[in-house]
Amino acid sequence: MVCCRQTATRLASGTSRRGQRCEPDNQRCDATRDQDVDAQNLTQWIFDTLTGLGLLCLAWMALASSQLIKAIVLFVAFGLLMALTWVRLDAVDIALAEVAIGAGLTGALLLAALAKLTAVQTATSKAAHRSPKDRAARKLYRMPAALLLLVAAGLAYSVLSLPLNSRGLSIEVGANLDASGVGNPVTAVLLNFRGYDTLLEIFVLFLALLGVWSLGSLPPHRIEPAGPVLNTLVVVLAPLLILLAAYFLWAGAHGPGGAFQAGATLGAAGVLLQLAGWKPGPGFARLPWKLILLAGPALFILFALFTLVTGQHLLEYAPERAGILILLLETGATFSIGLTLAALFFGERPDDAEGR
Amino acid sequence: MTTELLYALVGVGLFSLGLYALFVRANLLRKILAVNVMSSGVFLVLVALARRTGAVAPDPVPHAMVITGIVVAVSATAFALMLMLRIVQETGRAELPDTWSE
Repeated sequence: MVCCRQTATRLASGTSRRGQRCEPDNQRCDATRDQDVDAQNLTQWIFDTLTGLGLLCLAWMALASSQLIKAIVLFVAFGLLMALTWVRLDAVDIALAEVAIGAGLTGALLLAALAKLTAVQTATSKAAHRSPKDRAARKLYRMPAALLLLVAAGLAYSVLSLPLNSRGLSIEVGANLDASGVGNPVTAVLLNFRGYDTLLEIFVLFLALLGVWSLGSLPPHRIEPAGPVLNTLVVVLAPLLILLAAYFLWAGAHGPGGAFQAGATLGAAGVLLQLAGWKPGPGFARLPWKLILLAGPALFILFALFTLVTGQHLLEYAPERAGILILLLETGATFSIGLTLAALFFGERPDDAEGR
Repeated sequence: MTTELLYALVGVGLFSLGLYALFVRANLLRKILAVNVMSSGVFLVLVALARRTGAVAPDPVPHAMVITGIVVAVSATAFALMLMLRIVQETGRAELPDTWSE
């Protein structure tokens, strides 16, 4: 038993929070409880190793697969395993964002792009030609492998040379959490302590949409009419997703959730509606559409200007009003993020699409 | 080997795999996939290292950065995919020319 215990603790040293708590009053720990902890450590270690290997395997298979559709499906599976990893690493907020965005929306975007790719390729008359130079150039690609191994070794060395214990900024965040207006430290960092990050990020999202719109429209491609299963699913799921988005928005103040998760869920509802054949109507596509897109960025800018004019720091809120201000900002951001993500999936300016 | 270090090393591995694929694969859609794998690797390193806090809750600042990063990554991916589609529309192929003179 002793030997087994030593192995288990060596394998999982540091992973067992419960095991550590057991240490000080070790004399009290009877053999069965000890064994339980060992078994738990071992299970965790096996879980971690399998997850890590699974991530690397899925990434490799996605990047190495010969068919594009297979690569995309494997990438979506990779995103789901990433979400599981976030939960394991006590990052539930990120797990929610990853499931909705990393696995869900990115997968939908990639699959839609693949469908359009085949449509565009058949529409363009120019035949895809492959120059003989390509093959000679491909041999050169062996070189980066050796170089990249060096890069990987360097990165691994720098990760391993970091101290095993570091509180980072968690002490500062914990000390000021009461003044932030929300109970969830991640939301407090996103919307209060580092509000300007979120401000700039909303603008990155907006810029990406402007970029997509400025690229003009693609040749129209036929969309298969939705089958009865998809139609029924959308009728049930779309209202549920909107409700879920509202829940995430509200829950973000004190638990996992927040504007990004809510916005991504709204965006997913938009994508589902589009898959079922819904298109923005002519009335909606002009002013209301643009107003909602601008709600998040405009609210953020207004708040930032207001705080500057009243002599505070940029996006600094008075503690007694911080809660309601954050909720207001998050609501605007949720609508904007949701609509922007749905519009990114749509791919072209709604007015352009309307012209046809 | 602690859990944090294990996952951080997996993150380094993902980053390197993605970087390799970015260099080696010619197809633009695969390059976009590779960049996404690279960003997942970076996020994994950040979140794994944020957990080195012992028995208390992990550092929320890297968590917030990663959430921001995920949203930025998806918008960049959408823009990259649209650029790729336009390139295919113009040239008929989903690859960039090997030399500038072409």
